[in-house]
Amino acid sequence: MPAICRDCLACLDDAPARCPQCRSPRILAHPELFTLSIAHLDCDAFYASVEKRDDPALSPRPVIVGGGTRGVVSTCCYVARISGVRSAMPMFKALKLCPEAVVIRPRMAHYAAVSRQIHALMAELTPLIEPLSLDEAFLDLTGTGRLHHAPPALSMARLVRRIETEIGVTASVGLSHNKFLAKIASDLDKPRGFSVIGQSDTEAFLRDQPVRILWGVGAATQAALAQAGIRTLADIRRQDRSSLIRRFGAQGERLWQLAHGQDGRRVLPDAPMKSVSNETTFNTDIADREALAAQLWHLCETVSARMKAKRLAGRTVTLKLRRADFSLMTRQHGLHEPSQLADTLFRAGTDLLAGITEPGPFRLIGIGFSELSPAADHDPIGDLLDPAAPRRAGAERAVDRIRAKFGKDAIIKGRGLGPSGKG
Amino acid sequence: MKISIERAALLKAVAQAQSVVERRNTIPILANVLIEAEGDTVSFRATDLDIEVVDKAHAQVERAGATTVSAVMLHEIVRKLPDGALIQLSDDAAAGRLSVQAGRSSFNLATLPKEDFPVMASSEYTANFSARAAELRRLFDKSKFAISTEETRYYLNGVYMHVAQGEDGPALRCVATDGHRLARIDAALPDGAQGMPGVIVPRKTVGELRKLLDDDDAQIAVSVSETKVRFATPAITLTSKVIDGTFPDYTRVIPVGNTRRLEVDAAEFAKAVDRVATVSSERSRAVKLSLDEDRLVLSVNAPDSGAAEEELAVAYGDERLEIGFNAKYLLEIASQVDRENAVFLFNSSGDPTLMREGNDTSAVYVVMPMRV
Repeated sequence: MPAICRDCLACLDDAPARCPQCRSPRILAHPELFTLSIAHLDCDAFYASVEKRDDPALSPRPVIVGGGTRGVVSTCCYVARISGVRSAMPMFKALKLCPEAVVIRPRMAHYAAVSRQIHALMAELTPLIEPLSLDEAFLDLTGTGRLHHAPPALSMARLVRRIETEIGVTASVGLSHNKFLAKIASDLDKPRGFSVIGQSDTEAFLRDQPVRILWGVGAATQAALAQAGIRTLADIRRQDRSSLIRRFGAQGERLWQLAHGQDGRRVLPDAPMKSVSNETTFNTDIADREALAAQLWHLCETVSARMKAKRLAGRTVTLKLRRADFSLMTRQHGLHEPSQLADTLFRAGTDLLAGITEPGPFRLIGIGFSELSPAADHDPIGDLLDPAAPRRAGAERAVDRIRAKFGKDAIIKGRGLGPSGKG
Repeated sequence: MKISIERAALLKAVAQAQSVVERRNTIPILANVLIEAEGDTVSFRATDLDIEVVDKAHAQVERAGATTVSAVMLHEIVRKLPDGALIQLSDDAAAGRLSVQAGRSSFNLATLPKEDFPVMASSEYTANFSARAAELRRLFDKSKFAISTEETRYYLNGVYMHVAQGEDGPALRCVATDGHRLARIDAALPDGAQGMPGVIVPRKTVGELRKLLDDDDAQIAVSVSETKVRFATPAITLTSKVIDGTFPDYTRVIPVGNTRRLEVDAAEFAKAVDRVATVSSERSRAVKLSLDEDRLVLSVNAPDSGAAEEELAVAYGDERLEIGFNAKYLLEIASQVDRENAVFLFNSSGDPTLMREGNDTSAVYVVMPMRV
């Protein structure tokens, strides 16, 4: 059975307990090891790992990266996980479980820079990289064997070693014959893991897994499936394909395929962006509409700046509010012409806000553009009832030029002078 | 209650009732029509709490009384009964059933007590006048296409009916706009309408009103207050709440300084726009108008789907102009023209364009251009 040593990267013909060359026990062996070529790379507790790398004094301590007292845990290190802290957990709960944790505000720009370095290393292996977020990506290494003089498995082992030594964070790899299984595999052996699911063991692996491991199956689908008596993938496999389709439509077809370990999705580099949005959680819940609108303006400026940087325009505006009980409410508005302006976004957003009769208070507000298209070289003409729109668009462009020259704070709208971000 | 009524009379009354009731309503009684029989008439009342319609029909009343029954179901039954049938309705209040009988067909429908039926509060109207059906039909038919469907601008979700100073003196004026196009239609001000408050008549009411206006010479009694509007023929009374909002000042939107004049056969123009728009992209539907000395070229260039071009002979004497519009908007305003040529008045490619029929200023349309 082909095997590799994940430390000295030696290729072996069988799978000894320890590497004959470097005595490392980290031997990876699988009958299909040298033929599988779809990989999923997932950094281990990425934000926390970056913080620990930058400040080694943190390394033995539990570290939680997340926002303020009201925020949620975005990432927690493995030390914190011992206490039961999980990502997406409300911060107060995390601190109750692990009071000695060091809480660090996320430095997204910094993580993005580290992510770009990792991406550069991946790009040396293959152009077919589909990033899912800052810390994970799919790689399709099919046909790269001769170029790198190594099968994909070895290339991936080299890659994680380089990420560890050159960048200083650890990552886990899943290697399989499709994206769905590669993503599941990367999660099996975290941290510093490397798992392989081959064609031959796909069926055995999937048999007793619960349906929630399938991509796209959340709480609602789980409940619907449970109604039909389906809890595990084996339950799905027992179903007739056409009866699943009758009951669950197109999703039924997908569930059937995934449960049989089939996933035809390709690794698509630069999957086109679907939406650009931004949101903020308040330190204390806000009901006052003026205060909500003030928060909204800051978000609109951020979203618009990203849209302008990417030369995109959007046709749909979505406003998002989270109630004090965490339930979510969204409202959408279709624009007559695509736009990328903060002014358009803000006006649509405040109109949507005005249409919400619920008094609140709300704990989060967010706004974004979707239905994106490349931006035209002009702004929308505007509306009969809003003849000042072209002038406001001109003013916004002038503000952008001033900021480009003198910095972001060189010029600020009056309504942007209030407390930014939280409130 | 026990009555006998002609199928045709019943069908007409129930058809009106079932279009008013709200199908998705969660309040069961609102799906019902209230049937009241007295003397030799029977009235059918339906409401969605914003609109109330009462339709009176002649019938042979054996036993006076009242009940409520599903409007949609009664309509379906009557519609499927043979033409010319005599239909007997009789209710059994104790059993909560209404029996519908015609020839050998008989139906038993569940009823709800008449006391539960919400009757719209009567109110004082500040203006009462009478208008010819044909006149009202023109006012609303020519303006309703521009009503906005955007819920965020609810005050545009109707036709603004008010008194204004027209070109030929005081006018009863209807205006509708969705921000991209606007229609302003005038009619001579009827006696008694002078002190009328301006009201925004909701889209659904405009649709229901249309059914009262088929007979050209019928006189429609119109009553208006700050909060309600009522249109009545001898048989049908339509009462509606008006939209509680302020219609924007549309007068500053209607361009006055547009000098570049294009005159074109409206029907030919509409057909040509329709043809070239076939290849336009689904979303933008942009059509470009290129104007030169007595020549108009309509073109569409959609990189994803293709290109189209058509030339029309027109009357145009100004300097060259290129301007883009949403094809649907152009089609809709061009189809309002029915007697003379369409006259377009342009300013620049970024300014609103005005359209009217010949030199008739009693119907004026404004449309916003698009960048192409």
